[in-house]
Amino acid sequence: MKYFYVLLSGILFGLGIAVSGMANPAKVQNFLDIFGTWDPSLALVMGAALLVVTPGYRLIFSAQKPRFAETFSLPQKSDIDRKLVGGAVLFGVGWGISGLCPAPALVAMLTGIGQFVIFALAMLTGMVLYKQFVLLQGSVNTATVNTETNNDKR
Amino acid sequence: MATEFTPVLSTLGGLLIGASALLLMWSMGRIAGISGIVSGAAMEASSERNWRLVFLLGLMLGGGLAALLFGSLDGVQPVTSTGLLVVAGLVVGVGTAMGSGCTSGHGVCGISRFSPRSIVATLIFMSSGIVTVFVLRHLLGETL
Repeated sequence: MKYFYVLLSGILFGLGIAVSGMANPAKVQNFLDIFGTWDPSLALVMGAALLVVTPGYRLIFSAQKPRFAETFSLPQKSDIDRKLVGGAVLFGVGWGISGLCPAPALVAMLTGIGQFVIFALAMLTGMVLYKQFVLLQGSVNTATVNTETNNDKR
Repeated sequence: MATEFTPVLSTLGGLLIGASALLLMWSMGRIAGISGIVSGAAMEASSERNWRLVFLLGLMLGGGLAALLFGSLDGVQPVTSTGLLVVAGLVVGVGTAMGSGCTSGHGVCGISRFSPRSIVATLIFMSSGIVTVFVLRHLLGETL
């Protein structure tokens, strides 16, 4: 039953992305082009979502737990570190170049245009590469198996 | 190229995205952050992967529905070359993984919780996006 709600949530999200115009990279790029052909539509997408989610979350969090899980899984970090800042800068650069952020990138593939598929694959590759890099760094830092780095030096 | 300001549709879309985020928090206690859902669907163990795959299936169904019913994807085209799309895709992937979120996770869900990290991240990626587009369009021209 829980998957019914998850599926419904996904459908609402996909509808929202497509209906709002966010799956159109030209529209997103124009939102970022405040000194040129500015299209403020995206501000309304975010504003309307915030208007719903801000009070909605308050209400939901007043319950002991979610309907189908033991706890609310909320990010616990509170420090503004270099990773957050660096990651956000990078994301913005890619977003500006392509007019695509993760959800619209997936929805845009439905046009059947191959370049959108290439973008989505590159995005997935970037996510996996970064997470592998972090894992590798962790194992090097804890001085466990260092064979991979040794092999590289050979 | 200029695009038309679409206040009604964009507000409606934002409300739908908001409803989605509420439904996911109410049912699963999860943030509707798409970058995290995508990378989790690709890399997490199966128990953590399944709900993410179901969500992504829904995302595509919803997008497809809007395309069929309202022609929402009509005329949608890439705005840059394949080479730059690859670069941008990699950068978006690395950036959202490193910065723990994207437009939905930080921009909608995080700001709704008044998370300082999300507010800072959103201000930064908006600014770097604006600077990037300014450089591409107004300094380099649209030659790329």
